[in-house]
Amino acid sequence: MRDKSAERAEAAGFLQAFLDAGAVPVETDILQPAGTLLDLYGEDIRARAFTTQGPDGEAMLRPDFTVPVVQMHMAEGGDPARYAYVGEVFRRQAADPGRPAEYLQVGYELFGGDAPEADAETFALFHRLLSPLSTRVTTGDIGILLAAVSGLATSQARKTALLRHIWRPRRFRTLIDRYAGRTEAPAHRRDVTARADPFAHVGPEIGLRDRADVEARIAALKADAAEPPISKSEVELIDDILRLRAPSDAALQTLRDVAMDMPSIAPAVDGLARRLEALDARGIAPESLPFEGSHGRSTMEYYDGFVFSFSAAGRADLPPLSTGGRYDALTRVLGQGRATPAVGGVIRPALTLEAR
Amino acid sequence: MLKLGVPSKGRLMDKTFDWFGARGLTMGKGGTEREYSGVVDGFDGLQLILLSAGEIPRELAAGRIHLGVTGSDLVREKLAHWDEQVEELALMGFGHADLVIAVPSFWVDVETLDDLDAAAAAFRRRHGFRLRIATKYHRLVRDYLTWNGVADYQLVDSQGATEGTVRHETAEAIADITSTGETLRANHLKMLSDGPVHASQATLFRARNADWEGGARERLAVLLQRLGLD
Repeated sequence: MRDKSAERAEAAGFLQAFLDAGAVPVETDILQPAGTLLDLYGEDIRARAFTTQGPDGEAMLRPDFTVPVVQMHMAEGGDPARYAYVGEVFRRQAADPGRPAEYLQVGYELFGGDAPEADAETFALFHRLLSPLSTRVTTGDIGILLAAVSGLATSQARKTALLRHIWRPRRFRTLIDRYAGRTEAPAHRRDVTARADPFAHVGPEIGLRDRADVEARIAALKADAAEPPISKSEVELIDDILRLRAPSDAALQTLRDVAMDMPSIAPAVDGLARRLEALDARGIAPESLPFEGSHGRSTMEYYDGFVFSFSAAGRADLPPLSTGGRYDALTRVLGQGRATPAVGGVIRPALTLEAR
Repeated sequence: MLKLGVPSKGRLMDKTFDWFGARGLTMGKGGTEREYSGVVDGFDGLQLILLSAGEIPRELAAGRIHLGVTGSDLVREKLAHWDEQVEELALMGFGHADLVIAVPSFWVDVETLDDLDAAAAAFRRRHGFRLRIATKYHRLVRDYLTWNGVADYQLVDSQGATEGTVRHETAEAIADITSTGETLRANHLKMLSDGPVHASQATLFRARNADWEGGARERLAVLLQRLGLD
């Protein structure tokens, strides 16, 4: 039986450190409207969260704090703002039923400010709190990958499709291979675009996805078939970014080289350089900070810039003790037309206890 | 006493009795046709419990029965981490049914999951909500679509007449059990060509959480030998 009072005391220590760093304490409801979470994360969230009936329809037991804190900030917050919170989150442990489904999370979120400075401030805070433990840190930057895909010499439709699946590595790879001409388009697609009347003898039009939807997709397939393949060299540059695993100073050099051939990533790489300088100024040397080009791709869907995680050294069986990153795009989705730069992270005190 | 849960009616019950009968265990309903208790001839220490096929997964998970016969689709749908709770002892070769995803036949642009994913993205952009798939197999379908990287869809619950939901505009696509595809065709639907979400058949399961002390384990070993499963 795990000791809840020890977990709570551990959490209180982290919360106090966040408050000492200038954060305002905030609270959120445990019952969150399911609609917002489903629209953000898709149906997959049902496998990870507990769904129930709330006073206003379907609700979920808070799977994380980020969404309600962003909503609160976008509705009433000033700029910049620092928030801290502690409370239970609830997760179905689909991958590992042995892990608790209910545990405390302590978090810190910073809205506004200069992005590299805010990233460095946030990371340095977590680094200071977690470095007394034996941890393995990993950092990354989803923004570089997003910029690389956005800058590909191909149609907007292809870029949109790739960007939509950045966080689903298998589907992303399938699309890249097809767009690069490494795999052929399926035969049925060539057939349907070649037919004079594709709707002959196929049955009546039923349902809300109507003939106009189908015709629009056929037109999109035709346009895509006429599109030249993404060049081998561009695909290799994307792969270089995804494969990159190095100390941050060396990673920066590699990415500067990639940016020579792929100028679209230059601003994002400059951002990384400025973040590393800001971290260095706070006593965290870039050569001590591992960087992985694909970090944060498969687990942290809303991050779109700097990402970081702290794991217990030698405890591959434990989930990360702490994760965080930048999520500017999420504030736009939840901000009803407004957006603000935002970075933050969470610590799981039950796990830092195990790692002590 | 070893408790074996079997479906309490219909073809699934008859075929289950036939399957055990072919292996020397004569089974039947006790008393009258309407009574839900069973009898076994030719094997000591085996108690037959007649249950709805849909409840057998739950009874297995709870360990209230040692063994159970039901569709592999029901076990996967109703039990989280099904393979940690039950063990497949035998695929019984009947009750075949495929869980498939089906879309309107006139969607000439959609043949595969890949197409469905692209169609769902465009549908959400134009119509403002995620493409609806009607089903009662939420866990199986969601896991399958997640694994295959399909996004921008939602599952809507449909406990019956699922093939009609597209025409009635409560869903754009469906995921349902079919054996011949007849009902799909009659409702102007076609299945995706990637293959079924799950190919189900009647399966003999062992409950990992049942009480296997007090001779049960030994009775099972004898039973498996009789059934040729040892």
